[in-house]
Amino acid sequence: MASPEKTPVDLSLAMVTDPVALADWLVIAPLVICVLVGAVLLMVRKNTALQPMIAIPGLCLLVLVDAALLGRVLVEGPITMTMGRWLPPFGIAFTVDLLGAVLTLVAGIAALAGGIYGAGDVNDSGRRYGFYPFLFLMMAGVSGAFLTGDIFNLYVWFEVLLIASFGLLILGSERGQIDGATKYAFLNLVATTLFLIATGYLYGIFGTLNMADIATKAPQISDKAPLVTLVSLFVLAFGMKAAAFPVNFWLPASYHTPRVVVSALFAGLLTKVGVYALMRIVLLLFPAERDILAMIIALIAAATMLLGAIGALAQTDFRRLLGYLVISGIGIMFAGIALASPGGISGTVFYAVHSMVVMTALYLASGLAARVSGGFSIASTGGIYRSHVALAGITLVLFFAVSGLPPFSGFWPKVVLVKASLDVGAWWLATAILLTGFLTTIAVGRVWLLTYWRNAPSDETAVAAPISALVDYLPLIMLTAIVIILGVFPQQILELSQTAAEQLLNPVAYIRSVFPTGGVQ
Amino acid sequence: MTLLVGLFFVVAVYLFLSKQIIRILLGVAILGNAVNLLIFTSGRLTREIPPILTNGSAAIVPVTANPLPQALILTAIVISFSFFAFLLVLGFRAYQELETDDTEEMRFAEPADPKLPPLGY
Repeated sequence: MASPEKTPVDLSLAMVTDPVALADWLVIAPLVICVLVGAVLLMVRKNTALQPMIAIPGLCLLVLVDAALLGRVLVEGPITMTMGRWLPPFGIAFTVDLLGAVLTLVAGIAALAGGIYGAGDVNDSGRRYGFYPFLFLMMAGVSGAFLTGDIFNLYVWFEVLLIASFGLLILGSERGQIDGATKYAFLNLVATTLFLIATGYLYGIFGTLNMADIATKAPQISDKAPLVTLVSLFVLAFGMKAAAFPVNFWLPASYHTPRVVVSALFAGLLTKVGVYALMRIVLLLFPAERDILAMIIALIAAATMLLGAIGALAQTDFRRLLGYLVISGIGIMFAGIALASPGGISGTVFYAVHSMVVMTALYLASGLAARVSGGFSIASTGGIYRSHVALAGITLVLFFAVSGLPPFSGFWPKVVLVKASLDVGAWWLATAILLTGFLTTIAVGRVWLLTYWRNAPSDETAVAAPISALVDYLPLIMLTAIVIILGVFPQQILELSQTAAEQLLNPVAYIRSVFPTGGVQ
Repeated sequence: MTLLVGLFFVVAVYLFLSKQIIRILLGVAILGNAVNLLIFTSGRLTREIPPILTNGSAAIVPVTANPLPQALILTAIVISFSFFAFLLVLGFRAYQELETDDTEEMRFAEPADPKLPPLGY
């Protein structure tokens, strides 16, 4: 071994020498909060009354930190924090741009709503089996996936959220849950394995896993064939995670089986992580290869949204219907990825935000509807408008939003996306989006007519469970308020998603944030 | 090595196509190993040259195996093993609760002939 004075090693070439600025800790703070609170909750697992008392303030803190992070990214552009102070591309970098920050914030809000609702919906046995710890671990996975700037790290966060979601899915161990979980677990495992395969090839081609590093190196590779194969593999893996046609069948098989609040969180968060990862990979890293695959992605998008809407039409079970609506929303987001124009991407970002909020709210509302009317089947329930007019009103707002009718949040991203597809002459994609909206309107309109509007069936024997104003209505009202605000004042979020789209399409700021001196040559 | 990876993938896909949960499980285990070997091959397979800088040199002179894929594999092994353990328990529970390990007979979450939604009211 050489002694230090003989070969002075210049560490500044390999490591960050300045201490991390205090404000930069914000980048990692959502994860730290999730993991720490999750660990604490695990320790008080047996004390079921104490758990919501810790979990809900923890989630509030998470939302605040996410909001602070978004504010900082808005002011400063993308920010990077490296782990272990090793300079990228050697160290793992967390790089937050506007897209990641916005989605993390919305995910935090959805989790907060779920956490509050869970205080009423999840019984003591569910809490003992770890509803809240799993919720926090899943949020750690979701936030980590949105914030990381390293592909292998992204894979690890995928696995974190996946294993936590398994735990949530089988909470209760009913027959239907185990059946749904079996399909969910196997198919998602195959999807993440495909992602891992793609990551292995990626490392074989580039010798680096840092996203900014790959984004700089990808245009220099002249042989496009391996890259197109690689991107196809990523599209397949993330398409499977996001439940895009034709690899979507795990979603309607499992999303209606767990507890309502778990369904709500899954619908709001998990598929969107798949969409986010796809955007990150195909738009930031491989824009040239995406252009080659654009037609295929567009066809997938159209098929997914139509299949979702038609599937929703055929369902009798309220929650299974919502599962198909999740799928059709995924199709609409894929349309923007296929277009890849600034308008298309901003439409996708806006729609992702809208979809996270509205799908979480819809599942929560369906849970309340089932509680007051005695079941999820739209054939046998009714009379909610008469007995719970506030719940019916909120649900009507959400139905309008999910169909894309003004003045709620679903309208604007669809306008942006339809305009973006017409701009490039993809009239069939625009038609698919509009047709999907129409079919969705019919599907949810029928639920409204049958479950809410008509009188309760005369042979009603189910005892209506009480609804508490605080834990049941508060999260729903919170999410519905966001839906209305985004719909009535869309200017802010439109500008936000346009800036996010520009950052994604022109990743100079992103790369500059990881490599301040212009990159390692 | 490449042939071995290919063989593992073939076996895994073949097992995935079967109806029994337990065979799919074996497929999962083999698929995990296939992927690990695949990552292993992407980092130069050379033996017995440690990737350590010697005195004063700035780069490793003979070509060594890249240690990073091996670190990645370690992570992947841990993850795939834990998943396999979870799936094993899940499969067993499914066999206990649903009294079948045939995926075609698992129709509790999605009944085989669901009623059509009402057409009027």
